[in-house]
Amino acid sequence: MALIEVRDLDKHFPVRGGFLNRVVGHVHAVNQVSFDIKRGEILGVVGESGCGKSTLGKTMIRLLEPTRGSMRYEGQDITELSHAELMPFRRKAQIIFQDPYSSLNPRQTVREIIGEAVRFHRIVPRDQEEGYIIDLIQKVGLRADAREKFPHEFSGGQRQRIGIARALSVKPDFIVADEPVSALDVSIQAQVLNLLMDLKDEFGLTLMFISHDLKVIEHFCDRVLVMYLGHVVEEMNCIDLQDSASHPYTQALLGANPINDPSDRRPLTVLEGDVPSPFDMPPGCPFAGRCPHQIELVPMRADAHIGIAPLDAGPSIQAIRRFLGQCMQEMPPLETYVEGHRVACYAVDAEAVGAAASR
Amino acid sequence: MAERWDLKGRDLELLLSEAETYKGESLWQDAWRRLRRNRAAFACLVFLALFALGSLLAPALPLPSPVTLTLDDEYRPPAVDFSALLVPGFRRDYWELGWIDERMVDLRVAVFGDWQTAPWLGTDGKGRDLLSRIVWGSRTSILVALAATLCSLIIGVSYGAMAGFLGGRIDNVMMRIVDILYSIPFIFVVIFLITIVNEYRTELEDQFGINRETVFYVVIGAIYWLTMARVVRGQVLSLRNSEFVEAARVVGASTARIVFIHLVPNVLSVVIVYLTLTIPAVMLFEAFLSFLGLGIEPPKVSWGLLAVDGTEGINPIKLDWWLVVFPALAMGLTLLALNVLGDGLRDALDPKLRGKD
Repeated sequence: MALIEVRDLDKHFPVRGGFLNRVVGHVHAVNQVSFDIKRGEILGVVGESGCGKSTLGKTMIRLLEPTRGSMRYEGQDITELSHAELMPFRRKAQIIFQDPYSSLNPRQTVREIIGEAVRFHRIVPRDQEEGYIIDLIQKVGLRADAREKFPHEFSGGQRQRIGIARALSVKPDFIVADEPVSALDVSIQAQVLNLLMDLKDEFGLTLMFISHDLKVIEHFCDRVLVMYLGHVVEEMNCIDLQDSASHPYTQALLGANPINDPSDRRPLTVLEGDVPSPFDMPPGCPFAGRCPHQIELVPMRADAHIGIAPLDAGPSIQAIRRFLGQCMQEMPPLETYVEGHRVACYAVDAEAVGAAASR
Repeated sequence: MAERWDLKGRDLELLLSEAETYKGESLWQDAWRRLRRNRAAFACLVFLALFALGSLLAPALPLPSPVTLTLDDEYRPPAVDFSALLVPGFRRDYWELGWIDERMVDLRVAVFGDWQTAPWLGTDGKGRDLLSRIVWGSRTSILVALAATLCSLIIGVSYGAMAGFLGGRIDNVMMRIVDILYSIPFIFVVIFLITIVNEYRTELEDQFGINRETVFYVVIGAIYWLTMARVVRGQVLSLRNSEFVEAARVVGASTARIVFIHLVPNVLSVVIVYLTLTIPAVMLFEAFLSFLGLGIEPPKVSWGLLAVDGTEGINPIKLDWWLVVFPALAMGLTLLALNVLGDGLRDALDPKLRGKD
């Protein structure tokens, strides 16, 4: 059984405005997201800024209340629990924040920052607290005398280590790492990633790793969710990310990633257009407006209107759907094509995904 | 799974012995240490402490009574005669003092008998000793400052922090209440209330124990937390969405814990700065009301009343400068000391300045 099961999760933020501050609409930050996280795995979540990946992460640990949908943790639905009922879950699920500067209280010493949850949840007996905190500090690679210092006395990487120690302090099973390295120098990124990897093995953690960097995801994660405008558009194993990525958005993300090989002469895929506003979501596939398949199709769709759809050329059913402009009208479902590989695109068919996987 | 977290016995001992070697300081210990190192601020703290002690113990000090009239000794200029620092002639005439003050006067009589200080700072137009009047008057000022400070700190900070943190409709309602209180012209309210109190003074005093001073303190309590609430709310609003607040929430901290453990210490510097502005303002407000005859009533003394006497001391014929200079000096030094101390406290409480002094 999966450790976490998320089903049809929606998170909408009301937008207020006008007379009397009425709700005039909603920003659809997370839409109909379903996935599982298995115990002990690292699930990557990737997507561009504003696609809802951080919102998803914060909703997963109930920092934000989901609008609809359910989340089960070890089989228990945690979406409806009250503050008091949530306490056992608070001990199990933690978060590492993106910004190592604003995520530590500037008026607390490291000991207070890490020790708060320890004391709050009685993780260890009072007389062992001090030793426990020192142990944690050393585990994340800081010196024991860091305890008495304030956050501003540390560098960004050290602060992020303190954030990691705080997340670990309740002995969690599940940690949401919300872009834990994007605010750090590249050299420090590697250190922090290796630290996370070691700690994951040592404590048997399950991680949800949010990032906009496919390279990091590929290196670090077991599986990846690709998000676009609040929707999961593809879910696959990281091992065959390069070869079997099938959704045009994932392909574009991969194509935009520079490879440090001068002989690499891939054609550069540059997406045109802008991300639609999550405030007034277009019907259909959110990516349709920028999709290379769609753009190719525009002249052909004109043909379709005058009735010369090339049916005799033997197109697949997906190709016909796409001809009829279905992408613009209906969100393609997230379909499983190969075990562990789901794609939400009408232009993708089972053979294509299978062929990519076997390559 | 569980044992991955458990420390082995020997490791634990090692860690605990290591813990012994780094005994840490809390924010407050650290602040105290750094405040002591700031010479000016610490001098001001000592000055204010001595001053507060002096005014608290005023009845037990060998001072003349602040209301004893010596009619043959009016407008005596200040002079210190070292051969006669103390002179006999103490008379026990005070207004109605509290129980503790009466006991302190008893103590004073037992220790010093009828010896009292000579009029070092001179006497006023009714021959009353100026030093004694300044010391006794400071009691009113300190009481008023204390009342305003407590209101600011307790009501203002919690009210503002709660409003800012809860936000939304609750915040709206809470801040509109503050706006309404703000819009009341308190000077008129004070005048109005005091007129009523004067009219029915015996009835009110006998039945409810309400007198002019009660009204005075209630009004100060009602006004002086308003700005603090606004200031704190603004600060909390800007902090409530920080990630460290979210981190506390993920741990399961309650709203009260987040507000008072995480947010309030972060607004302390603003609170202290504002407090050092409030205390002088409220002392001046007291002086102003007393000056208008709406605050403290004679025969009681306050710095405002001393200012009234001082203005009487200045006339074209004869300049009795000491009646203005010494009360003004007392007030000015107190306010200056408060400001320097406030500044030092703010620096001392800012951990970012640690190690830079």
